[in-house]
Amino acid sequence: MTDLTALTIAEARDGLAAKQFSATELTGAYLAAMQAARALNAYLVETPEKALAMAAASDERLGRGEARPLEGIPLGIKDLFATEGVHTQAASHVLDKFEPAYESTVTANLWADGAVMLGKLNMDEFAMGSSNESSYYGPVTSPWRRNGSNMALVPGGSSGGSAAAVAARLCAGATATDTGGSIRQPAAFTGTVGIKPTYGRCSRWGIVAFASSLDQAGPIARDVRDAAILLKSMASVDAKDTTSVDLPVPDYEAAVGRSVKGLRIGIPKEYRVEGMSAEIEALWQKGIAILKDAGAEIVEISLPHTKYALPAYYIVAPAEASSNLARYDGVRYGLRVPGTDIIDMYENTRAAGFGAEVKRRILIGTYVLSAGYYDAYYLKAQKVRTLIKNDFETCFAAGVDAVLTPATPSPAFGIGEMAGADPVEMYLNDIFTVTVNMAGLPGLAVPGGLSADGLPLGLQLIGRPFDEATLFSLGHAVEQAVGRFEAPKWW
Amino acid sequence: MSVDTATVRRVARLARIKVSDEEAERMTGELNSILGFVAQLDEVDVSSVEPMTAVVATAMKQRVDVVTDGGNPAAVVGNAPVTDDDFFMVPKVVE
Repeated sequence: MTDLTALTIAEARDGLAAKQFSATELTGAYLAAMQAARALNAYLVETPEKALAMAAASDERLGRGEARPLEGIPLGIKDLFATEGVHTQAASHVLDKFEPAYESTVTANLWADGAVMLGKLNMDEFAMGSSNESSYYGPVTSPWRRNGSNMALVPGGSSGGSAAAVAARLCAGATATDTGGSIRQPAAFTGTVGIKPTYGRCSRWGIVAFASSLDQAGPIARDVRDAAILLKSMASVDAKDTTSVDLPVPDYEAAVGRSVKGLRIGIPKEYRVEGMSAEIEALWQKGIAILKDAGAEIVEISLPHTKYALPAYYIVAPAEASSNLARYDGVRYGLRVPGTDIIDMYENTRAAGFGAEVKRRILIGTYVLSAGYYDAYYLKAQKVRTLIKNDFETCFAAGVDAVLTPATPSPAFGIGEMAGADPVEMYLNDIFTVTVNMAGLPGLAVPGGLSADGLPLGLQLIGRPFDEATLFSLGHAVEQAVGRFEAPKWW
Repeated sequence: MSVDTATVRRVARLARIKVSDEEAERMTGELNSILGFVAQLDEVDVSSVEPMTAVVATAMKQRVDVVTDGGNPAAVVGNAPVTDDDFFMVPKVVE
């Protein structure tokens, strides 16, 4: 029998339906692969007993001919999603030993469709980071290495565990979240496919909150079809999240393979940033050529407020984070460090519980929201968001169906390589992805090729609100032309 | 706009995070770097722009005002570091 972990979700689904193997065998293959790959630090917690029980239940349903859309498909879950009775800490010390009494809506949707939980995946603490190095549980090592080098590289972040686990075949697919690029940047760094859907497409209920007006859940998968299959199950309207949108969830898989002929693709000139590497520029041109060959029409567009997206983000996101993270006070859950009085207890708990990046963002957020600064910072940034959104709306109104850009300004870097850098240098990783969160639009990252030293590079497709389907069609066209990329196994 | 160490200490106090002198010193530099970066927004004229509130125009949803959950204090306090008889325990607040 071939290695079951090599199968995509679509292939595994067919194999299970044809009784070529059982869900228990498939889950067993992943549990063995996870055990052999602990050096990558992708999983914070493995849940083999739960996985095997879920797989056995799937086998029973498969036997009765009652398979659901994800029956028996083993998935990894980012530690940001509340999973009932299972470690949920957002990779933070402040949520020490937290095991929620409830399940997030997104994961509940996946289990209701028959998926199997393998465990909880590592991430940047509270999803704040672009390298997975801010995790309390240590960095994730990417399965990718530069040609001829043993240097440990980052998988990107914040969904670094999700991306590394999918790329290293430690799960068939993974849940992830994206506030400024946390699905698309790690997908680009690991040669996987990730989509941040339109804000409101997936319920945020039961996902540890970072910046509530930006956070969205989405999948990271091996290929475009698998991402489409997962998003279909994850998305729903939910009475428990008033920002979730009551629109029918389309059959995204049906869009995979659909012709892109005649679609109008915008190429924003503002993304040709100063100092852009020749390699990234070449990748972008290659993406343009592929879509042109597939029959799409390429048009130059202008998104004049692009350069203000990242600075506005670093007001909005920390402001909302400082408010959301006020709940970690050592009283209701997680860590408590005693003090001389209640305020001292709060201060000690939060000093010990939060890492450096989280503290930095809470302080920035507290500062920009403090008396007298709200209008100058937060309100102004929210107005800049309107301008960023208007830029896209103008293009869509002129007939543009989607926008093509690079996903990141560079391939993956080494663990510790950015340690001495200014925080702003790390933030620049999100320069191409963050506009999409600010405007609330859907964005798909799809592999576009390899760098000169053998590392994955990603392209980003940005769509109209709730038109994820078109992104899957376009992403598939790119994938058909460039193929898929797999990290050679060394671990 | 830039901050000094005293401001960082005041903000840390507001955020209820204890910082050492050394941390306050380091964070002052980091915060100023971030505030310098976001100062680019001063170039943008937003005088006639409304703040963004939603991706697509939506009316605020309403629900029926009924109890939908509850009656499970053990689950509510289940993760608390210190509890007594389904109460959260905190250091003495009122003398």
